[in-house]
Amino acid sequence: MSIPGLPRMTGWRPITTVLILLGALAAVARFTLGLGATTNLTDEFPWGLWIGFDFLGIGLAASGFTIVAAVNLFHAKEYEPIVRPAILTAFIGYLLVVLVLIIDLGRPDHFWHPLVMWNPHSVMCEISWCLMLYTTVLSLEFAPIILEKLNIHSPIKWIHAISLPLMIFGVLLSTLHQSSFGSLYLIVPNRLHALWYTPLLPILFFISCIASGLSMVVLETLIFARDGRDILATPLRAKLAKLIAVALAIYFVVRFQDLLSRGMLRELTTLSYYSLAFYAEILIGFVIPFVLLLFERVRTSRLGLYAATVMVVAGFAFNRMNTAITGLEQYPAQTYFPSLIEIFIMLGITAVGFSAFSFIVKHLPVFEPVAASPRLRTKAPAGLPEPVFIACEREDLKPS
Amino acid sequence: MNQKKAMLIDLTLCVGCNACQSACKEENHLPPKEEKYLSLTAYTALSKYNDLYIRRMCQHCDVPTCVSVCPVGALTKLEAGPVAYDEDKCIGCRYCLQACPFHVPKYEWSSTKPRIQKCKFCASRLAKGLQTACSEACPTGATKFGDRDELLNEAARRIATEPGKYVPRIYGKEDVGGTSMLYVSPVPFEQLGFDPRLGKTPMPMLTMSALSKVPNVLSVGGVMLGGIWWITNRRSEVQAFEASQKEEQTRQHEDKP
Repeated sequence: MSIPGLPRMTGWRPITTVLILLGALAAVARFTLGLGATTNLTDEFPWGLWIGFDFLGIGLAASGFTIVAAVNLFHAKEYEPIVRPAILTAFIGYLLVVLVLIIDLGRPDHFWHPLVMWNPHSVMCEISWCLMLYTTVLSLEFAPIILEKLNIHSPIKWIHAISLPLMIFGVLLSTLHQSSFGSLYLIVPNRLHALWYTPLLPILFFISCIASGLSMVVLETLIFARDGRDILATPLRAKLAKLIAVALAIYFVVRFQDLLSRGMLRELTTLSYYSLAFYAEILIGFVIPFVLLLFERVRTSRLGLYAATVMVVAGFAFNRMNTAITGLEQYPAQTYFPSLIEIFIMLGITAVGFSAFSFIVKHLPVFEPVAASPRLRTKAPAGLPEPVFIACEREDLKPS
Repeated sequence: MNQKKAMLIDLTLCVGCNACQSACKEENHLPPKEEKYLSLTAYTALSKYNDLYIRRMCQHCDVPTCVSVCPVGALTKLEAGPVAYDEDKCIGCRYCLQACPFHVPKYEWSSTKPRIQKCKFCASRLAKGLQTACSEACPTGATKFGDRDELLNEAARRIATEPGKYVPRIYGKEDVGGTSMLYVSPVPFEQLGFDPRLGKTPMPMLTMSALSKVPNVLSVGGVMLGGIWWITNRRSEVQAFEASQKEEQTRQHEDKP
């Protein structure tokens, strides 16, 4: 039902509202009752769902540095239209991850300690620094979008002047901490299952984040390109899809070469708790989408790309959760399943992310449609949901 | 460095009287009930394998994993041997729990200001020149306190004089880079719950192999990205220039006739 003059209620709005409220309640519980009463974390399993979520958030936000590097450092200017969505995705992703990290800390009030108390031998210290610096870089890269809207131009010039070193710095920081999330586990060879533990963890984390980050941008261009306006022309999107396929292939080769050289392929010959988890991630996230993306028809079709990129993202989530949870379980003696409060906090924060994204793209010039003369919005075709988002047009930005 | 203290734990001498745990609890003001596993209130515990009792506690490694992973340096290795913990620095990331190869640190999960708890190697007693509470209490000499070098000699001597009684190995001499707790045993250590997968390399070396590449990534990567930018930028400039030249030529061409 819709009332003329009021924004249409979509199914998403009540769902996200409920999730955010539940998440907020769960967070209150976590801070008043402590970690023990509200999570299923134990001495044997000190890291759980939230760390997995951090890996996921950072990995999916990888588009921020790949697209910036491609467009502004390698001059692939035809991809200009997705730079802003990529930066926004990364910015929101990083802010949420920092938020989850603070909730996860036993002493959230001490969260600033890594900034003043250094330990250069700690991967965690390196990650904290990279997260903080890169979030700063992202906020500077994102600032012009807000300033443009507010019509304040002098800081934009200032940011523009330092943009080249800033972008190079951002790309380097991303390379470092995307791989460092893998390095976190280099120190637990006796705990992490051999299907996931490898000295190559940092390299594998880096390659897979490129595939998942690119998949996220492709997904965004598909979701937000309704109503006849495309964010990215089909051939350009197909080229991105090809890049995803290349990253997937490289990942697959390195991963299996590594399993082979460590003699761990035999782990895959039997069906066990671990090998099933491994098959799930490698088939859903890497093999099937790779095969799909080999076909020109899939790369140029919206539905095909939807399917392939959703699978890459899902398989990526599987991979990170397997590294952070499944691989550390001692099945069946000692396993871990997150508590409801852990799940609610994660879902709530995810909902905050989605709401923030759609709120910002509605009010700020993030998506700039490429179609030269956008068709005027007519009635939505029967049977299809009405577009939730209408891309901003240049006219909107002119000061009235 | 002769100052480094250690404890020699001779499994053949331990009778399982639990005096070490009682003394430890008294020293650290912990509730005196007997416990079988390491916990927040038991910094040491005896686990039983067949007829043997094995003392578990923080091994106070020479190159401690926990010290290397702690992002804020809340854990430090003191010169005398103890691995000390500073709760005022701790942020509660629990990386030490995750990384410790001996599963030693325990976390105050039920607190809203949680800390880790583990054996302190009686650092305050050591500073006063005293020996540890547990070694003082041990009635059979199964736990012996002393300088690490001397204890290593002593352990080697015991094994050499009674080769039938011991397996020829001092656990902790070189394991994970050496520890302050040295064990001698009548049966192979793998049968006593000691993790056979831990080698002689200190665990922090595994991380350093990746972390040591950070400066290279920054410098080489920075130069490379800058170079790529310069080349691609130049190329697009040249392309733009050539395009404008061509346009001018054709315009001149059209103007001539």
